[in-house]
Amino acid sequence: MSLSVRKKALLAAFPHTIPVMTGYLFLGMTYGVFMRASGFPAWYPMVTSLSVFAGAMEFVTVSLLMGPFNPVQALAMALMVNARHLFYGLAMLKKYAGAGVKKLYLIFGLTDETFSVNCAADAPEGVDKHLFMFFITLLDHFYWFAGASLGGLFGSLISFSTEGIDFVMTAMFVVIFLENWLKEKNHMSSLIGLGLSALCLIVFGADGFIIPAMLAILGMLTLMRKYLERGGDAA
Amino acid sequence: MTTQQAMITIFMVALGTIITRFLPFILFPAGRPTPKYIDYLGKLLAPAVFGLLVVYCLKNVSFLQGSRGVPELIGVAATAGLHLWKRKMLLSVAGGTAVYMLLVQLVF
Repeated sequence: MSLSVRKKALLAAFPHTIPVMTGYLFLGMTYGVFMRASGFPAWYPMVTSLSVFAGAMEFVTVSLLMGPFNPVQALAMALMVNARHLFYGLAMLKKYAGAGVKKLYLIFGLTDETFSVNCAADAPEGVDKHLFMFFITLLDHFYWFAGASLGGLFGSLISFSTEGIDFVMTAMFVVIFLENWLKEKNHMSSLIGLGLSALCLIVFGADGFIIPAMLAILGMLTLMRKYLERGGDAA
Repeated sequence: MTTQQAMITIFMVALGTIITRFLPFILFPAGRPTPKYIDYLGKLLAPAVFGLLVVYCLKNVSFLQGSRGVPELIGVAATAGLHLWKRKMLLSVAGGTAVYMLLVQLVF
């Protein structure tokens, strides 16, 4: 593949990533600062932003790292928090088909934002569509890594107090929850998630409620399947 | 947690994330229909998990001691209020966090 083919695809991809760039640089920096403020060295956010590349889950990882060592819970948490990716994958089965080796990286980098861009944007005429989506994914990955690294490296130079910056994670999930709430027609699943989690938190306590809550949610959604499918178009 | 334990934890998180991203492509090679139960969970699991995550973030807030969860409640309300008003994700996250930081640093 010639250099100009690559350059053309990169130039075509870049404009589509500008909104993601703003968001990833800002959130990535906050993430790096947050990790430093939580007592971790600068290379931690670099490692997680490169290897995990799932924004929300990386914030959760900070609290996992501050709790007792529990690799099974870490795996279960990643599976549940990122379960939505299963459905991004289902939606991209056809679009990513035939991408060759690049497909492995396209799937690895399938974040919420990359999914929405790659889902919506079509490569212009004469540009290889798989290479185009590859560069969108790569640029997004780079923005996130750059933001997290900058935050991690220079976070300690910030002269004002960062006490309370951990709230950024709460705020982010409140916004994600609310945004979804505003879009969905049936709130049953949102309410099940909030209600059963709160109940499990009271019953099992802060350190052990996650897995019971996940099982309770899966069980309740399965039990209510007939009702919710009839009740129609949730989400 | 030791550095080694931390690296194992990060590895498990990366592994879990990779599994969720690759599984559909492994289970459902292009062109074949997906089971109805999977489609159903696909639509309904996400909102419930978002609810779980909100609770997860607030899991260490004590409503009986200290500031009794007041700064958290105000922070959540500010975030939600900003979002209902302008509906710009970054503004809501930044604004809500700023409100919370000011509260815990200056008021409580």
